[in-house]
Amino acid sequence: MLNVFRSRPKYAKVQRTDGEQRREFPDNLWTRCDRCGQMLYNKELEKAMHVCACGHHFRLSAYQRLSMVADEGSFIPFAPVYSVDPLGFPGYGEKLVKAQELTGLDDAVLIGHAQIDGYRVILAIIDFSFIGGSMGSVVGEQLTRGFERALEEQLPVVIFSGGGGGARMHEGIFSLMQMAKTAQAVGRHSRAGLLYISVLTHPTMGGIYASFSSLGDIIMAEPGALIGFAGPRIVEETTKQKLPEGFQTAEFALEHGMVDMIVKRDEMRSTLSRLLRYHVRGEGK
Amino acid sequence: MIQVYEWEKPLVELEERIADLRKFVASQGIDFNKELTELEKKAERLRKEIYENLTPFQRVMMARHPKRPTALDYINMLFEEFDELHGDRTYRDDPAIVGGIGVFEGQPVTVIGSQKGRDTKENLVRNFGLPHPEGYRKALRLMKQAEKFHRPIITFIDVVGAYPGIEAEERGQGLVIAECIEQMSFISTPILCIITGEGGSGGALAIGVGDRILMLEHAWYSVISPEMCATILWRDSSRAAEAAELLRLTPADLLKFGIIDDVITEPIGGAHRDHGTMGQQMRAFIRRYLAEISKIPADELVERRLARFRAIGKFTTERMPKNE
Repeated sequence: MLNVFRSRPKYAKVQRTDGEQRREFPDNLWTRCDRCGQMLYNKELEKAMHVCACGHHFRLSAYQRLSMVADEGSFIPFAPVYSVDPLGFPGYGEKLVKAQELTGLDDAVLIGHAQIDGYRVILAIIDFSFIGGSMGSVVGEQLTRGFERALEEQLPVVIFSGGGGGARMHEGIFSLMQMAKTAQAVGRHSRAGLLYISVLTHPTMGGIYASFSSLGDIIMAEPGALIGFAGPRIVEETTKQKLPEGFQTAEFALEHGMVDMIVKRDEMRSTLSRLLRYHVRGEGK
Repeated sequence: MIQVYEWEKPLVELEERIADLRKFVASQGIDFNKELTELEKKAERLRKEIYENLTPFQRVMMARHPKRPTALDYINMLFEEFDELHGDRTYRDDPAIVGGIGVFEGQPVTVIGSQKGRDTKENLVRNFGLPHPEGYRKALRLMKQAEKFHRPIITFIDVVGAYPGIEAEERGQGLVIAECIEQMSFISTPILCIITGEGGSGGALAIGVGDRILMLEHAWYSVISPEMCATILWRDSSRAAEAAELLRLTPADLLKFGIIDDVITEPIGGAHRDHGTMGQQMRAFIRRYLAEISKIPADELVERRLARFRAIGKFTTERMPKNE
C-alpha cells in the first residue's frame, strides 16, 4: 500500500482512516458530529472539508489534510525511515505495524516537498491516527531533515501538528531528545531568515507542543483544537480545580496570546498562500 | 530521623546495632573488637549488595529522597560566593527555579537549578519543585545574561516535570519550554548540565541542553515519570516499578545510549546520607568538565552542541519485520 503512495507522488483520494468517524453507522454513510450531535451525510461532510455546520472541525488524516492544502500532484515525499524499538518496549513493535496498516504512513508524519498555491514549501503533516501522532526518533529525524532541506533550498516550512501523544513514550529518552533535535533544526532554519508556519490542529499537546510546533514565526490554529502542554485530565487531577470553560482550546490560546490567529479549514489554503506571498524573496514563486 | 526505604531496612538495623554495641563497649570498657569487626564486614557486604543492585524504581526513590541535596545545597557547598538573581521581568519570580551568579574556584559562572523544598512548608513555597513558565523565562534570561558576559553556565536539574496547572497553561508552559530548549541550544558560552535527582521530561530538558551532561548515580531521566507511564499503560500508577524497568531511565542506560557523558558516583547509600562527600565529588566533576568545555573555541561550541543532539535517534531505512 505504501508503495502505491510512493511511486505516485500525486496524493491519494481522500480515505477515511479516522476511527471516530466510523463509530456510529457501520455502513459508513453517516457520521455524528461530536459537538452538536447532528447526523451528517459523509459525502456532504467530505465536500464541507469535514467541518460540521455547527463549526466543529473533524480530525483529518494526513492524506486528507494534504489533499486540502497542497496543489494537486505537487507532493513529493521524502525517502522513508522506520521506527525501531530501541528500548524493547512491550507491544511497541505490533503497535507500529498496526499503525502503518491503519494509516498507510511509515510513521506519524507525512513529509515532503509540496506546493501551496504555487509556492514551493517543505510540508509536514502529523497524523493523530498513528500512535496518537506522537514523536519518536522517526518523526524527529524526518522533521529535522525537513528543516535541513528547506535550509539548503531556501524554502519555507509548513507543519500541521496534530500530535496529541506528544513525545512517544515507547522510545523513552530518545523521544525526549527529539524535542531538542527538532527545536534546533527550527533554530538553524530560522536564523537563516527563512519562514516557518506552524499550524496547530486538534490536538497539539505535550512534547510536540513544547518543541517545534511552538517555534513558528507564525502560529495558527484550527478552531476548537486542543492545545497545551499537560493534558486536561492531568491538570484537573493535579490542581483539584474545575477547568475553566474552553480550557486549552485554540480560542483559549488566542486569548492568552499563544497563537497568532485561528484559521477555519476552508480558509486555510488561501491564508497560507497569502502568508507565503508576504515572505517571497527575489523573483517570486 | 532520616527516611529509610524498605530495602534499606536490614542495613539500617544492622548499623544501629553496631552503633549501640560500640556505645555499650565504650561505657563498659570491654574488648569486643573482633565481634565489631565482623559486624562491620557484614554491614559492608550488605551495603554493597543493596546499593549496587538497586532496581530502576529503587533508584527513582533514591532520587526523590527528601534529604537529598538540592540545587541551593550544592550552591552553598561549591561556590565561594553566590548572588541570587530573581524574576523573569514579565510576571513574577518562580521559587521552583533558582539562579544567579556564583564563583566556582575563582571563576564567575551563571548557576541555574530547579529547587525542591525540604519539608511541607518549603515545598509549598517551591511548589514541590515544579516550575511555572516564569521559572523557565527566568532561566532563559539568566542564560542570555551569561552569554553576554561570557560566563559558563551550570544547571542543576531535579524536576519531575513542569507544573501542570491552569495558570501555567494560560501563561504558555509548552511554548516557553520550547523557547528555552531552542535558545539554550544556541547560547555561545559553555554549558554544563547535571541531573542531580529527577529528570522528568520537557521540564528537565528545558534547562538540560548542554555541552556536557552529567548525571548522579541515583538519578533518573526520561520522557515520562514511571507513575505516568504506568497510568497510561495499565491505568494503574502503583505499577510504577514495572514502568521504571521499561523506560530505561538509569544513568547506566543513558550512558550506554550516549545521552549523558558521565555518571557522578554518590557516597554509598546515596547523596542524602553524606552531603559533604557528595559535595566534594560534585566539585571534582564540575572542575574537570568545566575545564574541558571551557577549552572549546567559542565558535565551535554551538556547532558541536547541535551536532551532538542531531545525532540522537534510532531508526532504520528497512521496515520492521512483522513478527517482531
